[in-house]
Amino acid sequence: MHVHDHAHAAQGTLLNWLPLALIVLITLAYLAAANAQRYKAAGWSGWRSVFFTLGSLLLAVAVAPPLMAWAHHDLVGHMALHLLIGMLAPLAWVLAAPITLLLSTLPQAGGRRVAALLQSRFVRFVSHPVSALILNIGGMYVLYLTPLYSASLDNQALHYWIHVHFLVAGYLFCWAILAEPDVSPHRLSLRFRLGVLFASIATHSLLGKLMYGYAWPRGTGHSLEEVQAAAQLMYYGGDLAEVLLAVVLLTLWLRRPVERREGLFKSAERDISRVRVNI
Amino acid sequence: MANDPTSSNIDTKRSLWAALLLGIGVMAAVDEIVFHQLLQWHHFFDFGTPTFGIISDGLLHAFELLAIVIGVFMLLDLSQRKRLAIPWAKAGFFLGMGGFQLFDGLINHKILRLHQIRYGVDPLLYDVVWNGAAIVLLLVGVWFYRRAKRLGYR
Repeated sequence: MHVHDHAHAAQGTLLNWLPLALIVLITLAYLAAANAQRYKAAGWSGWRSVFFTLGSLLLAVAVAPPLMAWAHHDLVGHMALHLLIGMLAPLAWVLAAPITLLLSTLPQAGGRRVAALLQSRFVRFVSHPVSALILNIGGMYVLYLTPLYSASLDNQALHYWIHVHFLVAGYLFCWAILAEPDVSPHRLSLRFRLGVLFASIATHSLLGKLMYGYAWPRGTGHSLEEVQAAAQLMYYGGDLAEVLLAVVLLTLWLRRPVERREGLFKSAERDISRVRVNI
Repeated sequence: MANDPTSSNIDTKRSLWAALLLGIGVMAAVDEIVFHQLLQWHHFFDFGTPTFGIISDGLLHAFELLAIVIGVFMLLDLSQRKRLAIPWAKAGFFLGMGGFQLFDGLINHKILRLHQIRYGVDPLLYDVVWNGAAIVLLLVGVWFYRRAKRLGYR
């Protein structure tokens, strides 16, 4: 139905390599800043640099022009790249604490400006788990259940914008759920964040089933088998990514000393005090 | 000692609940891996399923996945706090597995009609074996529960 010749023609042009160049630049900047921090009193964990590099590698694989061209034709390929861009790469980047690094690297005036930006109403709004969930999964419903996806195959700018959206939304979601290691503007309980993660898994697996059952996205010229294979990859791959996020969240929780560990259930602390009284 | 019956720090109730969650998650994972992936008896999507069934399937699926993760971490947390009661956890694990299996056999397959156990055959025998297995698991759970109670420390 669609002719993708323009994509072939554009392949190999400088513009296609721009995302990859940006990722390399951002990664070099992170590593340079992290290296400078190592010699300061507070230091900088090497693991964070490893996580950042890992996130960049995952992202680089996803935006490399040959793979992007493949994903342009193949819906399963698109799903695989979506998983890398929207879930796995952002999770690794969040674990690298880039905002903390930025704040400690910038000179005082710049740092204050960034801190003010983080406290702004806009950032507070988009970094709330519920807004991040809507941006992320809501964006997926809009993309796959409307003609937007088929339009994005023909429009290069729209195509880029959608990928940037999912990278940013994925980052916000992972950060909002973990609320670590960069300090979150919100102080929400572990239970609440697990609840949002629950809603995220439920809505995205529902979307996978709807796409499988009703052959969305439509108007792309993909065969039914291909759409169903993509929907199944979204279902199981998305599961894997979200279970990974839950495991990371609870691992960070379990690493805290027992005394400073928030109870998973509200009654936990009350019970302890009751036991003490009984003794 | 982590499982000293005389210690009043032991949390029998939470040990039971944590293992119950794990049991639910493990049984759901076994179902997913064995019947969907290996045998491919179940269908990923059954066009006979009512809309309400599809939506509740999403919720159930999310619950099962988180149950396994939260169950494991709750048990680790209890063990670090030296409050884990193993006999109660065993009871919870089997009650969770059996309970989920029975729920899957009755609610998911029959009431929500998400999918059948196997297609192109008379499902009656399969339903009997499925739910029979659930009842056996539940009975094992009840046996462990009574044993934990007899051991005391609650």
